[in-house]
Amino acid sequence: MLKIEGLTKTFIRGGLFRRTPPVTALRDVSLSVAKGESFGLVGESGSGKSTLARCILRLDRPTSGRILFEGEDMARLTPAAMRHLRARIQVVWQDPYASLNPRMSVHDIVTEPLVVHRASIGLDSRGRTERAARILAQVGLGPQHLHRYPHEFSGGQRQRIGIARALVTEPSLLLLDEPTSALDVSVQAQVLNLLVDLQARLGLTYFFISHDLSVIRYICDRVALLHRGVIVEQGPTAAIFDAPQHAITRTLLAAMPEVVVPG
Amino acid sequence: MTALLEIEGLHLGMQSFDGEAHVLNGIDLTIRRGEVWGVVGETGCGKSLTGLSVSRLVPTPPARYRAGRILFEGQDVLAMPEGELRKLRGRHIGMIFQDPTTNLNPSFRIGDQLVDVALAAARHSERITRAAARDLAARMLDKVGIPNAASRLDDYPHQFSGGMRQRVLIAMALIGRPSLLIADEPTTALDVSVQAQVLALLKGMVAETGMAVMLITHNLGVVAQSCTHVAVMYAGNIVESGRVAQVIRAPRHPYTQALLAAIPTRHVARGALQGLAGSVPDLLAPPPGCRFAPRCAHARAACAVLPASVTVEEGHRVACVLAHA
Ligand SMILES: Nc1ncnc2c1ncn2[C@@H]1O[C@H](COP(=O)(O)OP(=O)(O)OP(=O)(O)O)[C@@H](O)[C@H]1O
Ligand SMILES: Nc1ncnc2c1ncn2[C@@H]1O[C@H](COP(=O)(O)OP(=O)(O)OP(=O)(O)O)[C@@H](O)[C@H]1O
Ligand SMILES: [Mg+2]
Ligand SMILES: [Mg+2]
Repeated sequence: MLKIEGLTKTFIRGGLFRRTPPVTALRDVSLSVAKGESFGLVGESGSGKSTLARCILRLDRPTSGRILFEGEDMARLTPAAMRHLRARIQVVWQDPYASLNPRMSVHDIVTEPLVVHRASIGLDSRGRTERAARILAQVGLGPQHLHRYPHEFSGGQRQRIGIARALVTEPSLLLLDEPTSALDVSVQAQVLNLLVDLQARLGLTYFFISHDLSVIRYICDRVALLHRGVIVEQGPTAAIFDAPQHAITRTLLAAMPEVVVPG
Repeated sequence: MTALLEIEGLHLGMQSFDGEAHVLNGIDLTIRRGEVWGVVGETGCGKSLTGLSVSRLVPTPPARYRAGRILFEGQDVLAMPEGELRKLRGRHIGMIFQDPTTNLNPSFRIGDQLVDVALAAARHSERITRAAARDLAARMLDKVGIPNAASRLDDYPHQFSGGMRQRVLIAMALIGRPSLLIADEPTTALDVSVQAQVLALLKGMVAETGMAVMLITHNLGVVAQSCTHVAVMYAGNIVESGRVAQVIRAPRHPYTQALLAAIPTRHVARGALQGLAGSVPDLLAPPPGCRFAPRCAHARAACAVLPASVTVEEGHRVACVLAHA
C-alpha cells in the first residue's frame, strides 16, 4: 500500500548572514507497509520520525527518493489526483490538548476535513453532520457531544475526537504520531483498544510512530528502528523484540522500563 | 532509622468558582533517608499538590490546609516562617517541577543559573568560590548527559532542545546536594535512553549521599525499575503503599490492580488490554466513602464509609474493605 524508496531529507538551515551546516534528517530510508497491517516506527527523539510522517503527508518535500501510494509515485500525481489521495491518508498528532482548535465545536472539528475535501467526497452539510455523528459513535462518543467544545472533554476523549476527525474522510491509511504519549495509562489503554477495534472493523492500515516500545509491541505487526535518520533494523515485531540484531536496538530495548520488579 | 519526611493526615481544599474541592483527603506518607518513593495515579489525583506541599509551594489561597502536618526533619513545614522555608528549599529540599516553563529564566545563561543555585545552597554551609561553583555546574551538566558540558555553560536556554532543558533542571535540583529530592515527572519529556541515564544518576546520588526521593510519575515501569517504595494515589487519597516488590508483585487494592492491568506488557495479546471503565470523580462532589467505589468491580455497601488504611504485611498498607477481612 505504501512504499518508500531511498528517501533522503536535508534541511538547509541558517539565515541570511549565518551559515549553519545542513541537517540530514532522513538518509536513504526504504520501507513498505502492507494493506491492513500496523507498521511501527521507533527511534529516539530527533531521529527523524516526524519528518518521515511529514514527507508522507507531503507537508515536507523529500530531497530525493520516492514515496509510492498504491503503486503511484506521489510526486508525479496531478493536483486533482493529489487532493483525492489526501483524503485517503489521515493523521492523528501527539498532543490532544494542542491539536484541537479550542474555538471550534466538536461538530466543526470533525466535519472540517469533509469541507476541505468536499470536491472529491461530495457531501452536503446535512450529509457531513450525519457522517460526523456516525464516526463519533464509532469512537465511543454520542450525538450529544457534537455541540460541545474541546475544553469540556478529558484527554482521552479529546484524543478520540482527533481520531474521529482523522477517520471522517474514510481514509485507508492512518498516520499516528505519538497518539498516546500525553495520556494516562488508563486512557492510553482505552485509545489503544479503540485503534485495535477500528482496524478490525474497517480494515485500516496504521503507520504508528512512538518512542514507547511497549505500545509498539502491543499494536504493531512489523517495526522499523530509525537512528539519526537511518533505518538500522526492520522486521516482524516479535523477532525484533526477542532477537534484536543491531546494537542500537539492543540498547533501546535494554533501556525500556518494563513493569517487572528486578531481582 | 528516623523519618526524613512525615506527612500526617493532610487535607487540602482548593477554592474554585463552583465551591471548594477537597483535593487532598487525608494523606499519610513517611519517607526515610535513602528511600526512593514513586508516587503514581491518574491525572488530577493530587500527586503534584502533595509534592508542592512539602516545601509549601501551593498558593494559599486558592488552596487551604484544612488539617494535618508535614514534618521535615521533625520541623513542621506548614507552621514555619517563610525565611526558614527559603533555607530549606534548594539546599535541603530539591525540586524539579512538572511545568517546565516556570523553571529556567530565558534571559540568563545556563551556567549562571546553575552557579547561583550552587552558591545559594553553599551559603548555608561551607562557602565556595564562584569558580568552584562553575566547575561544579559543569560537572553536574556532564552527569545529566549534556555533551561537552563545560563549553555549553554560556548558552542560553533557547539554545538547548526540550530534553536538554529538562536535564538542566535536574542538574539544578541536584547541585545543592539536597537531602530530599521532589521530582515531578522529571523524565516524561525524555526518550528512553536519556531517561535511563537520568534515573541511573538519581540512583547513584541516593547511594552516594543517602538522599531520599519522591518521584512523581505516570510511568509504572519507571517505578518498578527505579524506586524502592511506591504510593498509589486516587482522587486525593493514598489507596495503597509499600515496597515496590510488594505492591507491584502483589497489589491488593482494586485500583492498583486495574492500573497494572492497563499496561501493555509483553504478555498481553493485542486487543486484550484492560482499560479502566469510567473516569475520576468530580472533587467538588466526591462520592462519600471510598472514592474509587463507583468504578470498582468489588464495590459493596461497606464502601460508603471511607476505608481505613490497614497493614497487610510489614510496610504494605491498603485502604480498602477487601483488605479488612
Ligand atoms: N524544519 C526544520 N528545519 C531544520 N531542522 C529540522 C526541521 N524539522 C526537523 N529538523 C531536524 O530534523 C531532525 C529530526 O527531527 P524530527 O522532528 O523528525 O524528530 P523525531 O524523531 O520526530 O523526534 P521526537 O521524538 O522528539 O518527536 C532533528 O535533528 C530536527 O532538529
Ligand atoms: N492552582 C490550582 N487551582 C485550582 N485547582 C487546582 C490547582 N492546582 C491543582 N488543582 C486541582 O487539584 C487536583 C489535583 O491536582 P494535581 O496537580 O495535584 O494533580 P496530579 O496528580 O499532579 O495530576 P497530573 O498527573 O495531571 O499532573 C486537580 O483536580 C486539579 O484540577
Ligand atoms: Mg516527532
Ligand atoms: Mg502533576
